[in-house]
Amino acid sequence: MSTVATSRSSTVVHALTKTSLGQKYLMAVSGLVALLFVIGHMVGNLQIFLGQDQINHYAETLQNLGPLLWVIRGFLILFILIHIWEGIKLKLENVASRPEPYSYRKYRKASLASRTMIWTGLIIASFVGYHLAHFTVQATNPAFKTLVDAQGRHDVYSMMILGFQNVWVSLLYIIAIGLLCYHLSHGVTSMFQSMGLNKPETQPTLDKIGLTLSVILFLGYISIPLSILAGIVNLPKGGM
Amino acid sequence: MNLTLHVWRQKNATDKGRMETYQATDINEHMSFLEMLDVVNEDLIGKGIDPIHFDHDCREGICGMCSLVINGIPHGPERATTVCQLHMRHFKDGDEIYIEPWRAKAFPVIKDLIVDRSAFDRIIQAGGFVSVNTGGTPDANAIPISKSDADEAMDFAQCIGCGACVAACKNASAMLFVGAKIAQLAALPQGKVEAERRVKAMVAQMDKEGFGNCTNYYECEAVCPKEISVKGIAKMNREFFKSMKG
Repeated sequence: MSTVATSRSSTVVHALTKTSLGQKYLMAVSGLVALLFVIGHMVGNLQIFLGQDQINHYAETLQNLGPLLWVIRGFLILFILIHIWEGIKLKLENVASRPEPYSYRKYRKASLASRTMIWTGLIIASFVGYHLAHFTVQATNPAFKTLVDAQGRHDVYSMMILGFQNVWVSLLYIIAIGLLCYHLSHGVTSMFQSMGLNKPETQPTLDKIGLTLSVILFLGYISIPLSILAGIVNLPKGGM
Repeated sequence: MNLTLHVWRQKNATDKGRMETYQATDINEHMSFLEMLDVVNEDLIGKGIDPIHFDHDCREGICGMCSLVINGIPHGPERATTVCQLHMRHFKDGDEIYIEPWRAKAFPVIKDLIVDRSAFDRIIQAGGFVSVNTGGTPDANAIPISKSDADEAMDFAQCIGCGACVAACKNASAMLFVGAKIAQLAALPQGKVEAERRVKAMVAQMDKEGFGNCTNYYECEAVCPKEISVKGIAKMNREFFKSMKG
């Protein structure tokens, strides 16, 4: 019995890692996990509009998850690494599949977003590295570590405002979010096709969902730096 | 009309190959694209130049032999049309036309515009069939098949195996071709028996041949002369998932 189970699981692992279709499933599922995080992260960050107390309370709640937080982070990192690894691996295989390029090339249907997934993906991955160093590890701005609110909690509210008051930081962030949403405009609908979860009659709706979600995410995320730069969201009166 | 042709010339599989320019003069707009090449070739033969080699057979748009990338699009500018059914009236006097072979590692060039597409044959040999003893002529409707299933199978059965999907795909992926075959047979009761084995074997052979991976550009669907839908790829993705669970 256990031998049969082992053999079946090794067959599944082989199919997922060694076959073209299995690798597409991995891309789709890992992309979905990353997408769920992107949605959750936006919902969390938008709490800046509810005031200092709300977002600092939210951040403290997350930190208080303790080991569970690291389980979630580990899960997320694993899936994002799978997404990046498979993306690069598939790209290299695809390049090798056409050693001689066309001297004249025209596309009828393939969107620019679909043809640039590897590049938007790699730029987003690099930005995430910077973003983590900026706000999570605070390596680029060690002063962020000392920000504390009136309740003695880490003052995430002020950290976000101080961070985004730098025009270049905000600009870089907006560009990266733009690329992320461009990536998702193809990625979301592509995920359903790769998993075979679409039907011809549902495809137009799925395309609309992908596009709408990308636009909502873009507007939601960029509203934060724009509001800070416009002075709509300000540092707390009477100091941090 | 008079045209300037930029044509891929390659002596054999090991030759490096290059684009060469030829003039096509006094071309009749009612000629097919292949007939235009025939005229150019007569001229080349007259001048003692090796004629341009290209694949063709039925010249009726049903055999899947013709295979030219014209101005960057497999089978040229007309939708749902093979090169042999593409007429010169779709071009203008003075046009420059780029003619290249299907380009893919799995479709090596044999000579000029002719590529070796036997990789497709090997994929079919791996599982694109139904292993039943057909016996005598069966009664019509002995096996009830719904109209929608029959229509779906017929839509996918229209694939002529020309390989334009591979040529058009940025990744040189063969998934529209393989998806069409799998979806066709999976739609019918005769094909369902071997569905699991078939999808595994055909996907394994497709990967082995060195075709790229599908990244859902859907360029294949846009150039397919038989308008095979990418829903065949989605169906293949579902069938493969089922085979993994089994």
